[in-house]
Amino acid sequence: MMNTKTTLQSDDMRPRIVWGIVLIAVGLLVLFLFAFSTEAGQVTRFGLNEAKADAFVIPDLVLPSQATTYAMALVLIAVGAFQMARGVKSNSALVTVLAFCFVMAFLVWAARDKSFSLVGMLSSSFVRATPIALAALCGVISERAGVTNIGIEGTMLFAAQVSVIVGTTTGSLWLALLSAILTGGLIAALHAFLVIKFKVDQIISGTAVNILGAGTTSFISSRFLEKNIDALNNSGTFPAISIPLLSKIPVLGPVLFDNTPIVYLTMILVVILHIVLFYTPWGLRTRAVGEHPKAADTLGVNVFLTRYVNVIVGGMFAGIGGAYFTIGSVGRFDEIMTAGKGFIGLAAMIFGKWTPIGAYTSSLIFGFADSLQVKLQILQVGIPPEFLLMAPYIVTMIVLTGVVGKAVAPAADGVAYEK
Amino acid sequence: MPVLELRGITKSFPGVLANQDINLTLEKGEIHALLGENGAGKTTLMNILYGLYRPNEGEILINDQKVDIEGPSDAIARGIGMVHQHFMLVPVMTVTENVMLGNETTRNGVFLDREKVSKRIREISDQYGLEVDPEAYIKDLPVGIQQRVEIIKVLYRQADILIFDEPTAVLTPQEVEGLIKIIRSLIASGKSLIFITHKLKEVLEVADRITVLRLGRVVGSAIPGQVDERKLAEMMVGREVNLVVDKQIAQPKEAVLEVKDLFVRDERDNPAINGLSFTVHSGEVMGVAGVQGNGQTELVYALTGLLRSASGSILLSGKDIHKSTPRQIIEQGVAHVPEDRQKHGLVLSFPLLDNMVLCTYYQPPFAKGVNMQEKIIIQNGVELVKQFDVRTPSVFVAASTLSGGNQQKVIVAREFSRPIKLLIASQPTRGLDVGSIEYIHGRIIEKRDEGTAVLVVSSELDEIIALSDRIAVMYRGRIVDILPAGATKEHLGLLMAGVKPEDIPESAKKKSAGPVEKVF
Repeated sequence: MMNTKTTLQSDDMRPRIVWGIVLIAVGLLVLFLFAFSTEAGQVTRFGLNEAKADAFVIPDLVLPSQATTYAMALVLIAVGAFQMARGVKSNSALVTVLAFCFVMAFLVWAARDKSFSLVGMLSSSFVRATPIALAALCGVISERAGVTNIGIEGTMLFAAQVSVIVGTTTGSLWLALLSAILTGGLIAALHAFLVIKFKVDQIISGTAVNILGAGTTSFISSRFLEKNIDALNNSGTFPAISIPLLSKIPVLGPVLFDNTPIVYLTMILVVILHIVLFYTPWGLRTRAVGEHPKAADTLGVNVFLTRYVNVIVGGMFAGIGGAYFTIGSVGRFDEIMTAGKGFIGLAAMIFGKWTPIGAYTSSLIFGFADSLQVKLQILQVGIPPEFLLMAPYIVTMIVLTGVVGKAVAPAADGVAYEK
Repeated sequence: MPVLELRGITKSFPGVLANQDINLTLEKGEIHALLGENGAGKTTLMNILYGLYRPNEGEILINDQKVDIEGPSDAIARGIGMVHQHFMLVPVMTVTENVMLGNETTRNGVFLDREKVSKRIREISDQYGLEVDPEAYIKDLPVGIQQRVEIIKVLYRQADILIFDEPTAVLTPQEVEGLIKIIRSLIASGKSLIFITHKLKEVLEVADRITVLRLGRVVGSAIPGQVDERKLAEMMVGREVNLVVDKQIAQPKEAVLEVKDLFVRDERDNPAINGLSFTVHSGEVMGVAGVQGNGQTELVYALTGLLRSASGSILLSGKDIHKSTPRQIIEQGVAHVPEDRQKHGLVLSFPLLDNMVLCTYYQPPFAKGVNMQEKIIIQNGVELVKQFDVRTPSVFVAASTLSGGNQQKVIVAREFSRPIKLLIASQPTRGLDVGSIEYIHGRIIEKRDEGTAVLVVSSELDEIIALSDRIAVMYRGRIVDILPAGATKEHLGLLMAGVKPEDIPESAKKKSAGPVEKVF
């Protein structure tokens, strides 16, 4: 007994110290960067109400800038010291503390002497997380069945462009959305056909889809769309739909219940996919095919069919994600407007451990980083906008280093099945 | 009336005739053993029966009715179940999920009904003595239990014709006994069974009838009481086989390899070797027995420099090598016949002649400065092919084109042809036919007699007993005991299963009369 205990302790020793040092270092960083440059008497005002009147208005959150930043720095240092001395079991708790304190201190510092709409930013986080989440769901459903799809970016571009053209020419946004879904499914079917039937390397095929997507849509855009904006590239966007009563709840209402259809659809799809994947025969078969296709095959499960269906349905998710960019937000198509969201979606999928809910939660983190970046540009905090633009990508890289617990991919992910 | 009949089954793959005009019947309540070397076509035949392959010719009759089996689901629907040699289980799923996969029970027609399935699993467990926890994850279960899950999967689908493909390959002797009991209870409940194996002793113990395959054809059939192992081996191989390794008493001299308090972590950073010490002397064979996954692989990796040991020392002729690279270790005279010959032993896409110089290509005479000496390398290849009896059209063909036995001979040729003082052979005959086993065992003993220290790691207890002068038994990363040659199988088996040396009953240690026999 004694023996195992000592080994366990030495096992945990190194990461424990490292975590402690990181926490303290970040604490010091907060102290030097933020706390020292605030002045006594400065306050930061966080807006908790949308412009639209809520059922009842709650007061804004007003924090003393200096005290708050110092407090955050001290919390970080204290938790770091505690971690070095005693150790906290859960890494994710540490990450949460780290992220919360740092972001809080940063916001308080950035918005000192100013007013900052917290609700607005949270609400825009959900909106900005939507395409990332859809890309991540596409990744989850394909990879759970054992097919890597890195062509999500290209798929979204195709869908974005088709939906704007259909939307402009027919005047129906719902038809536009349907066409985006079909386009996504079609492109994914191409990928599926190449990698399942012909066993083409899945990364190569995905890359080809990306290059094809970027090239084709850019060509069509500069050749036709830009010259006929009113006829082809001006679809309008889905209006936000407020859900009665629910949207009147303070803070939560404007964030969750006052969104466009695509945002709602994404939330619904997350729940549906979670149930399908873990509580239905199809999900069981999908996961088996992604982990051990031969085992599934010997039990009469059609491995190829399962993979085709999952990849194509995944492509439809990506199609909705593509539609978000055009008919879901700006109403027109711009070249390479997806700006890497498909790839960030894959990062969200990994961070979310290949589960729909995990993927959505991590998409929210990326969406938050994205909306933070926008808000900070408006606030003019003195950081060059180029650096701010990097925020979501930097978060992606930190996440992918696996600091926050290693995720295990499905065992047969990316491997063609040979009978 | 036979429950199953195969008529004139023929199956060819590009360049190989795997099954040729095979006829086979299975009576109700019978255990029919299918015996043959690796590559004789046993598994191909069963895969045809199970719908994984389609035959070129021939027909399958079940209960006298001609059936067309297009895929595993057809086979399952007709009451055929297969317990695969490599378990067809998803490690990250529970027993229940694995059992229901492909044949799910649902609630409201949509949602998986795990409770109902696990209840059914418990019923099957009780009926046939297949104890298993339905909620356990496969990856947490030992192989013996995993095999039970495979059997439950088949019974859950109400199969009447059960195929067991090499079921004993991964089991300890005690687990084999348990399996045989289960098989008997299956027969008692009216099932019929095809038992595939290449182990002669098992066949004689279990089967009601034996059919022997060689090179894709049925070469004969027999009934256990009327044949012996020698006769069966002869039918399998097609010539007389020496079942006993001829060897003199070992003449051990100075210590070559001394391992002290070795701790090693595996690739996933879990402790794999927990304080292990032993010595191998020049001129002796030390066998390492144990159920797969008890640290043998990591031990070999640590000794050959493929895995850095966490602590302890490895002395080669008195010199510590525990921090040396594989090349440094090779250069000090260590030969390694790796466990996985295709992954670690050969570069499959390279021609034989290059594979023959993989550990010496940079040294004279094969290299002069940075230039490879092609002529000498070719000459070396040709000589070794001749000397080690590698059956190949030429030294220029890729290693991947050879059979397993000949691939192993290439590795043996490379490793044995340079001056060595320590030979580490891991699973040296896994998957090889009787003839190749005979050859490789002979070569290993020859090396020992030349004064090389030999460490043989094998999960085949018969191989360990046949070769070793001393036998170390590994269990959970430790050597639990080192026994002299001639230890009984029962004794070794109990140690392998984790029984403490002091708890071994005296009866298990008694040696049965007669020479140590080697069974394949």
